[in-house]
Amino acid sequence: MGLTGLFLISFLVVHVTLNSFIFFNDGGASFNAGADFMAHNPVVRILEIGLFAGLLLHIFQALLLTLENRKARPTPYQVVNGGANSSWYSRSMGILGSLLLLFLVVHLGNFWVPTKIAVFSHAEHDTFAGMKEVFAQWYFVAIYLVGVISLLYHLLHGFQSAFQSLGLNHKKYTPLIKKTGIWFSIIVCALFAAMPVTMFLGIIK
Amino acid sequence: MSHGNMNLTLKVWKQKNKDTKGRFETYDAKGISPDMSFLEMFDVVNEQLISSGKEPIAFDHDCREGICGMCSMYINGRPHGPKGGITTCQLHMRSFKNGDTIVVEPWRSAAFPVIKDLAVDRSSFDRIMSAGGFVSVNTGNAKDANNILIPKDDADTAFDAAACIGCGACVAACKNSSAMLFVSAKVSQLSLLPQGKIEKQDRVLNMVKQMDEEGFGNCTNTGACEAECPKSISLENIARMNREYLGASFTQNKV
Ligand code: HEM
Ligand code: SF4
Ligand code: FES
Repeated sequence: MGLTGLFLISFLVVHVTLNSFIFFNDGGASFNAGADFMAHNPVVRILEIGLFAGLLLHIFQALLLTLENRKARPTPYQVVNGGANSSWYSRSMGILGSLLLLFLVVHLGNFWVPTKIAVFSHAEHDTFAGMKEVFAQWYFVAIYLVGVISLLYHLLHGFQSAFQSLGLNHKKYTPLIKKTGIWFSIIVCALFAAMPVTMFLGIIK
Repeated sequence: MSHGNMNLTLKVWKQKNKDTKGRFETYDAKGISPDMSFLEMFDVVNEQLISSGKEPIAFDHDCREGICGMCSMYINGRPHGPKGGITTCQLHMRSFKNGDTIVVEPWRSAAFPVIKDLAVDRSSFDRIMSAGGFVSVNTGNAKDANNILIPKDDADTAFDAAACIGCGACVAACKNSSAMLFVSAKVSQLSLLPQGKIEKQDRVLNMVKQMDEEGFGNCTNTGACEAECPKSISLENIARMNREYLGASFTQNKV
């Protein structure tokens, strides 16, 4: 879980950086240049296969983990006061992850599928224009916000949890890891959330 | 009823043995002194049940001073009740209010089958200990205590881990029924000291294997165990065990 999670986090860094090119507000020129590079570069193509493999592995591990953990407590408690000893999102990683998965299906349908079709039919493709079209619809904006909020809480627990799972817990470094995790989650998710919102409001043209 | 005594309603899990289905039973606990411990309150209720010819509530206890780890009770949704850093025997009735309804359940985990009512079988912990929770020494005269010098910090950290009383509250608190806090405390208390370092690879691999075979769940680092542990065993022990386990899996000289 930890290794595949950190791998997915490394993807997020690239993804959020490239998408933030839209904030140059240059009619999508820089963003489309970046997107075009990503769509045609052979190294990125190989990394993309790795990314899907990593995501599937992460989901597979999550499923196995959840099933084993269910089996470990066949009779549930009548009263559980979980809030007294842990955060709600640390106890809801499976639900948050499932929301993320649902979001990813919509998300890949919005952008990945049209880009793939264009690349394989050697057609011109304006990803930026596609983005504006999607984010003109309020319900897509709403779905993206739910996705981003799920990501925020998934990462708030997941980032620091991954280090603990890999055995890294140190008086000097763990507070730093925890702070980095919180700021990373907030910054990444705020940037992602700003994309549909600014486009819907017509701030990014 | 003397001044300040309380009347409470108890909803207690009753179960004949591990093969039968259990259910909740409601009891009145009348005239309970706020200075009683939670177990003494149960003693009073049981006295009343016995004298009226009813079956008493079975629960585990031994030392009644927070060192044996027997008094497993899941009280109002938390192991050992509403206070941190204590066992049920150290919980006093002044932590409750007159008229309260208190729900008491046994530890619920596939690896801790119910023996009767609130008493559970924790021999899965014993089997994990037998799998590696020891140091192999030749018997003979006791060696001088200072033959091997041990840094104070290591001795302190090992001692903190050794404070674990094997109560199982960590398993009870964990949404996954994971025993990682217990096992990591036992692994740490030995592997931090020179005498325990020699067998540390086999120990961590064998103890974790036994833990999995017993049917405990997987750790997802919610931290509920550390928060509910009566001895405040730290999550650092779990990270240490993860580290040792990963290291041993990769470098162990066996196939
Ligand atoms: C596709 C849907 C996803 C599902 C179903 C899912 C599910 C889960 C589950 C059940 C856990 C284990 C619970 C825990 O350790 O507390 C987990 C952990 C984690 N996830 Fe996800 N997740 C998904 C997507 C993602 C994404 C997109 C990222 C990164 C950007 C990510 C990063 C992490 C990290 C870092 C952990 C913590 C690893 C650890 O505790 O060792 N997950 N995920
Ligand atoms: S780690 Fe704490 S909660 Fe778990 S068995 Fe030891 S003393 Fe009990
Ligand atoms: S009875 Fe020994 S710890 Fe409570």
